[in-house]
Amino acid sequence: MKSILSRDEKIFARTSAILLAIFALLSISPFILVVVSSISSTESLISNGYSFFPESLSLDSYAYMAAQGKIILRAYAVSLFVTIVGTLISLVITTMLAYPLSRKDFKFRNLFTFLVFFSLLFNGGVVPSYIMWTKVFEIKNTVWALIFPTYLMFGINVLLVKSYFERVVPKDLIEAAQIDGAGELTIFTKVMIPLSTPVITTVGMFTALAYWNDWINGLYYINDPALYGVQQLLIRILNNIAFLRSGAAASTVGNVVISLPGESIRMALAVIGILPILVIFPLLQKYLVRGIAIGAVKG
Amino acid sequence: MPGFTPLFFSEVDVPRKTPFLISAKKSLPLLLMTLPGMAYLVINNYIPMLGVIIAFKKIDVSKGILASPWIGLSNFKFLFSTPDAWLMTRNTLLYNLAFLVIGTVFAIGLAIMMNEIATRFFAKYFQGMFLLPNLISMVVVSYLVFAFLNADTGLFPRSIFPHLKIEDINFYTSPGYWPFILLVVYLWKNTGYAAIIYLATIAGIDKTLYEAARLDGASKWGQIRYITLPLLKPTIIILMLFSIGRMMYSDFGLFYQVTMNSGALYSTTQTIDTYVFRGLMQLGNIGMASAAGVYQSLIGFILVLGANLLVRKINPDYALF
Repeated sequence: MKSILSRDEKIFARTSAILLAIFALLSISPFILVVVSSISSTESLISNGYSFFPESLSLDSYAYMAAQGKIILRAYAVSLFVTIVGTLISLVITTMLAYPLSRKDFKFRNLFTFLVFFSLLFNGGVVPSYIMWTKVFEIKNTVWALIFPTYLMFGINVLLVKSYFERVVPKDLIEAAQIDGAGELTIFTKVMIPLSTPVITTVGMFTALAYWNDWINGLYYINDPALYGVQQLLIRILNNIAFLRSGAAASTVGNVVISLPGESIRMALAVIGILPILVIFPLLQKYLVRGIAIGAVKG
Repeated sequence: MPGFTPLFFSEVDVPRKTPFLISAKKSLPLLLMTLPGMAYLVINNYIPMLGVIIAFKKIDVSKGILASPWIGLSNFKFLFSTPDAWLMTRNTLLYNLAFLVIGTVFAIGLAIMMNEIATRFFAKYFQGMFLLPNLISMVVVSYLVFAFLNADTGLFPRSIFPHLKIEDINFYTSPGYWPFILLVVYLWKNTGYAAIIYLATIAGIDKTLYEAARLDGASKWGQIRYITLPLLKPTIIILMLFSIGRMMYSDFGLFYQVTMNSGALYSTTQTIDTYVFRGLMQLGNIGMASAAGVYQSLIGFILVLGANLLVRKINPDYALF
C-alpha cells in the first residue's frame, strides 16, 4: 500500500535528496581534484595550481611513473605481501581463539574472555611496545615489523566472532559432531568456519584494510627503503619528491630523458595509492556496511 | 525495540559439577587452540602494560629497563612543569569534544536524510560516496589536504583566493586555521561511517509508529522530534560512551600526517599521541614520552570506567559491562 505523503513530508524528502546529492559531491570532490591534477600539464599547474578545470592536460606524470615503475612496483609488492600474510594469520588466530571462548564448557572461558575484553580498555602505550618490539624481538627493518605490532589480532574482532559463534551456530550441531567422534579441530574447521563465513568475511576485510592503509608501523620500525609499502612511499614522496629519482638509475623512456613533473606526479601517486581501494570498493560495500552496523552496536 | 544487552557477557554461565581433572582434560584441545591468540595478546597487550614502570625510572640504555634506577614521579613532575602538558591535554580534549558533538549532529542528520531516499539505487550510491573517505589512509588524506592547501599549487591559495581578493595564506605555518581544517577533515572522513550506524537503527524502527503519528496530524519534523530521535537515544548513548572512553586519545594520522608534521602548527595540533611519538622517536626523550603515555592510559581508563558507571546508573541496559 502506498501511503499518501503530506505536503511537508514531500518537501522534506525532496530537500533531503538535493542536500544529499550536494554532500555526496563534496564527499568525493577531493578525489576528483586529485585525479584531475594528476593529468594536468606542468604549465597549467605552474600558472594556476591544482584545479578542477585545468587549462591543458598531460599524461607526463604517468609516463614518468611507468619509467620509474620499479620503486612503485616494489612498494606494491610489500604492501600486498603484508596485507595478505597479515590478514591470513590474523584470521586463523582470531577464529581459533574465538571458538573456545564461545564454548560454555571451556574451563578458561571467563578468564580468557576477560583478558581479551580488558585489552580493549587499557593499554601500556607506545613507548613500552616500541622498546619491546625493537629490543626483545628485534623486528626493526624486517618485514615482520609491518605485520606483528598492533594489527595481528584485535580484541574486538575476537569478541565479534565469539558472539557470532554463540548466536548462530546451533549447540546441537556441535554436540552431534562430538557424538560422531569429531575432535575439536574438526568441529572448528568443518562446522564453525563454514557456518560463519559472513562474520569472517567482514572481520577479514577490516583487517585487510587496516594492513593496506597502515603506515604507522612503517614510521616506527622501517627506515630501509627496500621495505617501504605503498603508504610509506607516499609519505616519503610528499615530503621529498626527489626520492622518486633514487629508485632507478636514469629516468629515460627510450632515449628521451623525462624531466620530473614534480607537482602532477605527487597527485598521480596519490591516485596509484587510492586505486586498489576504488577498484574493490563496489565489491566490499555490502560487507562494510554490515560490518559497521554489527561492530558498533550489537542489537 | 531491539534489546541492548550488555555486549559480550550476556549469557549466564551454568555452573558444572564436573571433577577438575576431567574437565581440564576435556578442555585441553580447546586450550591448545587458544594458544596462538593468547600468546599474541600477552605479547602485544599485556607485556607493554607492565612497561608502564618505564615512566617511573631513569632509563639507562646500557643497563636495560630492569636495572635502571627508580626515580619515582620525577618524569611526571617534569612533564607537568612544561607548558606542553597543558597544551596537548587541552588540544586533545577540545578536539574530541568538537568531534563528538558536531560529528554526532552531522551523522544523525545525514542518517535521517538517507532514510528518506526511497530509491535503493541512489541510496546505495550516496552511501558509497559518503563511506569512501573512511577507507583511505591518513597518508592519502594528507595528499588530498595538501592539494587543497599548499601555498605553491594548492586549490585554495592559487585558484580560489586570488578571485576573492584574499591575500596569500600559508596554511602549513598558520596554526589558527587548523582547528577548523581538522574538524572539516574529520567530518569528511567519519560522518558517512557514523551515519551508517544510526541509519541501521532508524531502519529498525517500527513503521506503524510513524503511521499512527501521521494520523494524529504530526508533521515530518514532529515525527523526527518525537519518534526518531528518542528511539536513537540508546545508540547515541553507546557511541558517546565509546567516545568519552577515547577522550584522551587522538587519531595520530590526523594530527601528525595531515598537518605534515609541521612544527609551526604545534600550538593547535599537538595532541598527547603526537607528543609521545615526537618525544620517543624525534627527541629520544623516553622519560617524558612514557610519562605522557601513562598519563594518557590512566586517565583514559578512568574515563571508560566512569562513563560506563554513569550509563549504568541511568539505564543498566545500555552499559558496556
